[in-house]
Amino acid sequence: MKLVLTSEQNDLRQAVRSFLSATLPPGRVREVMEAGDGYDRAAYDRMNGELGLSGLVVPEEYGGAGAGHAELAVVLEELGAALLPGPFLATTLATLVLLESGDAGAAKDHLPGIAEGRVRASFAPSSADGSWWGAPSVTAAEAGGGHVLDGVAPYVLNGADADLLVVPARLGGRTRLFVTTGGERAPLTTLDLTRRQARVEFAAAPARLVEGDGLARALDLASVAVAAEQLGVLRASLAAITEYAGIRVAFGRYIGSYQGVKHRLADMHCALEQAESVVRHAAWAAGEAPGELPAAAALAQAYTGRACFQVAKDHLLLYGGIGFTWEHDAHLYYKRAKSLEVLLGPPRAHRARLADLVL
Amino acid sequence: MSDLEEYRRRAREWLAANAPGHRAEATPDEDGVARAKAFMARMHDAGYSGITWPREYGGQGLTQAEDRAFAAEARDFTLPIYVFSIGLGMCGPTVLDMGTEEQKARWIRPLLRGEEIWCQLFSEPGAGSDVAGLQTRAERDGGEWVVHGQKVWTSVAQHADRGLLLTRTDPGVPKHKGLTMLVVDMRAPGVTVRPLRDMTGRAHFNEIFFDGVRIPDADRVGEVNGGWQVAVTTLLHERLSIAGGVGMSGQSENPVSFEALRSRADLGDPIVRDQLVELYIRSRALSLFNTRLSQETKAGIFPGARGSAAKLLLAELTLFQADLAASLAGPGSVAYREDGETGDGGDSAGDGGDAGRIAHALSLAPAMALGGGTNEIMRNIIGDRVLGLPPEPRVDKNVPFSELKVNSQGGGTRR
Repeated sequence: MKLVLTSEQNDLRQAVRSFLSATLPPGRVREVMEAGDGYDRAAYDRMNGELGLSGLVVPEEYGGAGAGHAELAVVLEELGAALLPGPFLATTLATLVLLESGDAGAAKDHLPGIAEGRVRASFAPSSADGSWWGAPSVTAAEAGGGHVLDGVAPYVLNGADADLLVVPARLGGRTRLFVTTGGERAPLTTLDLTRRQARVEFAAAPARLVEGDGLARALDLASVAVAAEQLGVLRASLAAITEYAGIRVAFGRYIGSYQGVKHRLADMHCALEQAESVVRHAAWAAGEAPGELPAAAALAQAYTGRACFQVAKDHLLLYGGIGFTWEHDAHLYYKRAKSLEVLLGPPRAHRARLADLVL
Repeated sequence: MSDLEEYRRRAREWLAANAPGHRAEATPDEDGVARAKAFMARMHDAGYSGITWPREYGGQGLTQAEDRAFAAEARDFTLPIYVFSIGLGMCGPTVLDMGTEEQKARWIRPLLRGEEIWCQLFSEPGAGSDVAGLQTRAERDGGEWVVHGQKVWTSVAQHADRGLLLTRTDPGVPKHKGLTMLVVDMRAPGVTVRPLRDMTGRAHFNEIFFDGVRIPDADRVGEVNGGWQVAVTTLLHERLSIAGGVGMSGQSENPVSFEALRSRADLGDPIVRDQLVELYIRSRALSLFNTRLSQETKAGIFPGARGSAAKLLLAELTLFQADLAASLAGPGSVAYREDGETGDGGDSAGDGGDAGRIAHALSLAPAMALGGGTNEIMRNIIGDRVLGLPPEPRVDKNVPFSELKVNSQGGGTRR
């Protein structure tokens, strides 16, 4: 088990951090989140070009860097801490599903575009309760030598402008994976302004069947990836409020000197320590111990999802009234944290999955 | 096979041949102490006592790697070394750090061989978290110190030969600046040891009374009025030894662990399942954090005050799991026949006829949140030293001890 970053992983973290502090200075997230596509396309392209992040986990044979899940976790943690708007997480999760399917043809056709940063992709679940593990309501049918999709995927991350959708659908009583460029995309209003979602309606949308069956592992990997972003949001929230507690004065003292504040922050630090440990373990298991991955991934979501929201909530509260204002960034972290906690479905699903695995 | 693997293999062989099969006793009788001393002497002869301690004082002069290898192997055995844990974990390392050459030569080897048992005498009824507010006084009389006062929460004092004793030697200066560390012979005239019955009904600790006890100045550790620096060293070793589990073993028998509860809970009940999953999440998250801390230490990143986070989390988990165990077991967890059978004659607590164990765990649970620094003190440490938050304003830093409010008397009791 490896829970400490290597010096190469620390270098990667530093490179991403430096890039983000240069391209996403304070205030920039707010500027881009409400305009146009909701993200800075030029910065996104530079991130993929200069740092090669879009190809990070894409194997070298498809034009990527072939890095591991521990490296992906390091990157996602930094992107989460910066509240980076845009389709990086959506594309990454769809990439993991495509990769794990083992369909070499689909990989060859789609992954190079993703690695180059040209293609934005997203996974489009459609189960009744919104869980990525639930049976999809979207159905597939054979048509003219190919397939067509029908039904609604109600919550698709960055779905409005995704070039490629990876869609689980029912075909002949089984869940199969499809890729499509189709579907009517209707943008949704989202609590988290830094990350958009869309409702996608398929009406005889032409789609390509993806061979293979690696969805269970892909969803575990998605759990780890989302947990890494949650770790970043948690860390950044705690860092921000810790700094404020050291400069804000009330009743003649820094607020961080009051035990009412200090002890809350200490508990938040404990959550950070455990969250980091849980995420590093899950990312290690993803690469090195596949047998441990299902429980490690469910734990990563069950622990980190909750911890991230609790810390983001407490961080907002400790600011006092300023934390409730639109101008302050506290609510952006709070809203991102809750949106991430329910992204893969209701959080109880992770606890139930974990119960089935460890009891 | 590497040298370390070979070391580890031989350690395991020795443990298998020498570690007794019975459980360690937290409060051994005289025979138990004699057996523990004999075992410790064998362990020292075999080279497994004081693995990282300097050779010239009776240690082995090896590295943390060998120490960890032995500890890892020892985890599977139950070693009767509890009575030595205070000496090995706190007093001995303090003497090594702060003692004179003569003191090290005199005290360390008997400690490592189990010939002398040590206890630690810091806390008082009026000075727990705020230990620098202690009132046990030592007054100089020629080449000796004369000590009056009372200490409390002292483990293994009833068996101890020596005690590391923090005293007030100058009440006219601020409290941290008037303390001196002495080593007291526990058999000296004027030392009275009384068992202190705690909320479990057992006597894990003692209270110690000092009535004109005379200690030679040669047994002073550190400078006169420099005792606080010595105490800080001891407390640092204390936290490390709690984290490292010095003298601790037999954890696998914990009746309220996740594994124990899972084995006897109704796993078909969705509420029970969710409660057990919560316990799993908290146990696993903490165990991964502890693993990460030890991997960081190995990689040269010193955890420092972050160990306080691990200790705080362990205290909270300990309370949570005892609470949960009792709730899961129901009435049989708090009422049972004297012989350990459950009241209904069956096995309603499902714990194999040892029904008192959950009740005992429930009574014992607060100890982890109080000993070695309360949860509130841990949160102060995390806030101040890990997060770098501004300290609380102090009203006691620059005031002579004799003018301070101390104890719960609001200024009534001064010496």
